[in-house]
Amino acid sequence: MPADSKPSVAPVKSTGLHVGKVAPGVAKVDPIIIADNVSRAFGGLKAVDVDHLEIPRGAITALIGPNGAGKTTLFNLLTGFDKPDTGTWSFDGSGLAGIPAFKVAKLGQVRTFQLTKSLGMLTVLENMKLGAKGQAGESFWKSLIPAFWRPQENEIEEKAISLLERFKLDAKRDDLAASLSGGQRKLLEMARALMSDPTLVMLDEPMAGVNPALTQSLLDHILGLKESGMTVLFVEHDMHMVRHIADWVVVMAEGRIVAEGSPEEVMNNVAVIDAYLGSHLDTDLGVVTGRIDLKEIQAADAAAKKKGSK
Amino acid sequence: MDFGFILGQTLSSLLMPETIAYAIAALGLAVHFGYGGLLNFGQAGFMAIGGYGYAISILSFGFPWWAGILVGMVASVIFALIMGLPALRLRADYLAIATIAVAEVVRLLFQSTIFDNYTNSADGLGNYHTSFREANPFPPGRYGFGPWQWSQDELWNRVFGLVVLALCVLLVWALMRSPWGRVVRGIREDEDAVRSLGKNVFAYKLQVLIVGGMLGTLGGVVMVLGSAVVPGNYLPSLTFYLWTILLLGGAATIFGPLAGSLIFWGLMSFLSVFLPALSTVGVLPFSPAQSGVLRYVFVGLALMLIVIYRPQGIFGSKKELTFNAR
Repeated sequence: MPADSKPSVAPVKSTGLHVGKVAPGVAKVDPIIIADNVSRAFGGLKAVDVDHLEIPRGAITALIGPNGAGKTTLFNLLTGFDKPDTGTWSFDGSGLAGIPAFKVAKLGQVRTFQLTKSLGMLTVLENMKLGAKGQAGESFWKSLIPAFWRPQENEIEEKAISLLERFKLDAKRDDLAASLSGGQRKLLEMARALMSDPTLVMLDEPMAGVNPALTQSLLDHILGLKESGMTVLFVEHDMHMVRHIADWVVVMAEGRIVAEGSPEEVMNNVAVIDAYLGSHLDTDLGVVTGRIDLKEIQAADAAAKKKGSK
Repeated sequence: MDFGFILGQTLSSLLMPETIAYAIAALGLAVHFGYGGLLNFGQAGFMAIGGYGYAISILSFGFPWWAGILVGMVASVIFALIMGLPALRLRADYLAIATIAVAEVVRLLFQSTIFDNYTNSADGLGNYHTSFREANPFPPGRYGFGPWQWSQDELWNRVFGLVVLALCVLLVWALMRSPWGRVVRGIREDEDAVRSLGKNVFAYKLQVLIVGGMLGTLGGVVMVLGSAVVPGNYLPSLTFYLWTILLLGGAATIFGPLAGSLIFWGLMSFLSVFLPALSTVGVLPFSPAQSGVLRYVFVGLALMLIVIYRPQGIFGSKKELTFNAR
């Protein structure tokens, strides 16, 4: 295991997040997101089909699963970037079904993207300032008179600069975001999301395409979010990272939640090992999720063999 | 060849009402495309609304000239809403197709005989100048020098147009340096990212369409103030002249459209006298009239060359290159 996928300081794990026996869809002591019966199909493919899911508040939750498991689709549904076919879900007690993405963000649930969306032709500082909420100067009429927004703009700038210092991007503040490296863009996107003082930060593959030297500082930043009282939900493929920083792990496969638990529990879960860690590479995922009955297949195989031998 | 005449024509064109009007309308396109990333191929429609709104309010309803301009502006907002509410939900390239279609619908409605009482269909409108000329602060006489010599009415048209242009430049500058402008430029880069930061992207796009459209309308008014409303002026080719001007000057710049308009009209007038002169002395194998039309070929060629070799325009910085042509 590469040393750099560890945070620099061993994190304090949150425990005692769930109520009752650990199982997919288990209730949480203090959930921030509760989703019920959320499903989304693309044509004949059911990309997401979640019966019940609760995300614990004040903890770092990892959403893992093989490619095509529906992690990003679930992200899009929870943040209003896509509309589900069925289901209801709430954030911090308020229902989010049918709420457009920008209102979801205003409520304090901010996301980043798998393919980083830094605004290339804006400077790093402008990117940051754009993240701040409730700006008077962003209304059309007030924007025409600087007296309405200049004081607030100065405050926002100070905040942006201190965040940039924290993310070690302050030297780049006047550069165009397009000139940053892939990893720096990830950092910028995360820092920009923090400009709005969110309660829940949703990171879609924060480590994808990040060079190893930056991985550690990204991990530290994610842990820092939790320390400052935010809830983090992230999608990730890097199991080592998940093991090190996540307090809770949700495993998806074929659109369904197949397992939940603390990282240690999940890593030892047979279904997860089968589905994700790939000890049974030749087994169809449908067997793990219960879509296909293994016995039926075996019977069918046996029947086919019989036919062939005749 | 009379080079004095050719030079005089070229210089005089730099201060035509058309030059000023095109600069204002192209500034509207800069708001749409350069800052907001909206591909509006229907700016001719907004100009037509301005011209007709102004002329019809005066001729059919007896409004004073300033009320005519206000009517044009209000009509332009309504037009932007009709165009934007359905079309702004489309992706950029589909928006372009929708805008070109809507602008054509507007032109054909004005040109058709359905509203003949108001629009005078294909013959267009004229003789609505009294009210505007009565407001002229300049006493009768000849003004100017060299190639720029005008009557008091011609001077008033130009001064008024320049004032409108200055106000529009000021408006766009004030908007784009503000946080509002920052959101708008963010939308140009990536809508979803701006959405994820809690901004109502659709509302901003609608505002951008309205502001840019209003500038198009004001350009349309300035263009017809001293002349006439001719339906044939509002062909899609007008929109593409404006695009040439915008890309020539630089899409995300404030003075680019102005410079683009000066260069465009300077070149057009130069070629309109220079090419026939060439054919008269036998250099070009066309009749003088035919060779005058050749200049439109040059416009197309220029547009191609700019987009390929200098997509950021004359004033645009290579850094803020919005037209990612390659």
